[in-house]
Amino acid sequence: MEVLLEAKNLSKNYVKTSGFFTRTQSVIKALDNISISIKKGITLAVVGESGSGKSTLAKSLIRLIELDKGLITFKNKNLRIIDGDVLKNTRKNIQMIFQDPYASLNPRMKIAKIMEEPLIIHGLGDSSSQYLKIVNMIKKVGLTEDDLSKYPHQFSGGQRQRIGIARALILEPELVICDEPVSALDVSVQAQIIQLLKSLQKEFGLTYLFITHDLRIVRHIANEVVVMKNGKLIEQGKTDIIFSNPKTNYTKELLASIPGNLLKRK
Amino acid sequence: MDNKKILEINNLEVIPNNNSSLKLVEDISLELNKGKTTCIVGESGSGKSLTALSIMQLLPSQLSMSGKIFFEGINLLNLTKEEIRKKRGKDIAMIFQEPMTSLNPVLTIGYQIKEAIEVHQKLSNLKLNNRVKELLKIVGIPSWRIDSYPDELSGGQRQRVMIAMAISSSPKLLIADEPTTALDVTVQSQILKLLNNLKLKFQMTMLFITHDFGVVEDIADNVAVMYQGKIVEKGDVSEVLNKPKHPYTKALLGCVPDVDGKKDLKPINYSTLKRLMS
Repeated sequence: MEVLLEAKNLSKNYVKTSGFFTRTQSVIKALDNISISIKKGITLAVVGESGSGKSTLAKSLIRLIELDKGLITFKNKNLRIIDGDVLKNTRKNIQMIFQDPYASLNPRMKIAKIMEEPLIIHGLGDSSSQYLKIVNMIKKVGLTEDDLSKYPHQFSGGQRQRIGIARALILEPELVICDEPVSALDVSVQAQIIQLLKSLQKEFGLTYLFITHDLRIVRHIANEVVVMKNGKLIEQGKTDIIFSNPKTNYTKELLASIPGNLLKRK
Repeated sequence: MDNKKILEINNLEVIPNNNSSLKLVEDISLELNKGKTTCIVGESGSGKSLTALSIMQLLPSQLSMSGKIFFEGINLLNLTKEEIRKKRGKDIAMIFQEPMTSLNPVLTIGYQIKEAIEVHQKLSNLKLNNRVKELLKIVGIPSWRIDSYPDELSGGQRQRVMIAMAISSSPKLLIADEPTTALDVTVQSQILKLLNNLKLKFQMTMLFITHDFGVVEDIADNVAVMYQGKIVEKGDVSEVLNKPKHPYTKALLGCVPDVDGKKDLKPINYSTLKRLMS
């Protein structure tokens, strides 16, 4: 299978300074020599608890965070050294969906404007072809053309996440990084969004990097899993194999902590 | 009323003061059996937290409630503010979702636990100190932590402190409103085990509010499912989870991802649900 993105030996340290009179510095290894590869057309889940470095990893892949060390190759381009138009075009190809649909949409923009912005930034099409594209995409995520003239606050959390997805997909990216896209949602809405992401993946041949802390969701959406803890990669492999035959104690502990499992272990 | 029942809610209703036609909680009746854990499960806005707050009579002043809530045979709604305050924290204690916002950041945890004890019991300083250490031990925090401030503790430890405060006066009923929602899964499973042990050790009754069916499966003896302010189904936990009767319970369970990943997630079809419910 073709590899879409390859990351090698990624490292990122944060230096924490504390104390007033006697300054002490401690180094937090947010990413400690992480290597992953994402194959085209699959869903790779990155799972870990808070502080494990999973969001840092996601953000570093689209250079929202600059790494200290490491190599990222995306479609034969070295992502860490490109800049200018090459970086811009590559970013068009890697889009992101965020956790909090309340915070990631500008409250003063109508939905049409929110979705138009990426097209304008990348100079794609004229305004009439852009509008057609937007209408088409908003319908794909289960909303209507009328919704385009509304503001974000007029939507529920699940609908806002649909808008976030539509905004990410309007640029026709190949890789979509989903950072806890369903964590803030009710379970009934969560099911809708997961099914939507799955069907869009099928339709557009998308590749997902799916960041989550919920192993139940991993089981449902991911082909492969990376388990992280304290900035380190603990274990990686095919979802079925990680779930049925975890090799490390930490993965075993995580699996045993899945709610609904307590009784079965007794 | 037989002594198995510790709390009985009859026809509870919560409405905003300025709009009596909007029923946030509608006609809720629920019984809690002594020494058992009852889960109220539902999605956001279903009224589960309002139901919990009604028992403690901690509803925001814009809301008013009606109905009857019997605690050990006494209707809590007939008590004066003074009388209910004496029950709060002593007979009925509560823990919340956000352990950081419920603790005072400028006081040590030892001081705050002492404060909780002193409201209901008069103890000498030495006894008080020993009691605090004992409580910390029960909830699994090393006793040298007595002089620590909340920001020096992890989220799970803070929730343990909240639990220590809640059980300090040996309450008969503990109301837990999403106590593990903000925690990591491994920590969540530790806290659930702790609460379950406390329930068995002290014969405590628990009312546990959650949105997570996995948590329900882990901790509940009985469960009540809420939807749009009403209890749509209640009963024994394995009964409700394995053989749900109400269309909403069935539909909601279809949305819950299972650990084995064997079933397909089925988003709720609301028009079908509406038809089935009418």
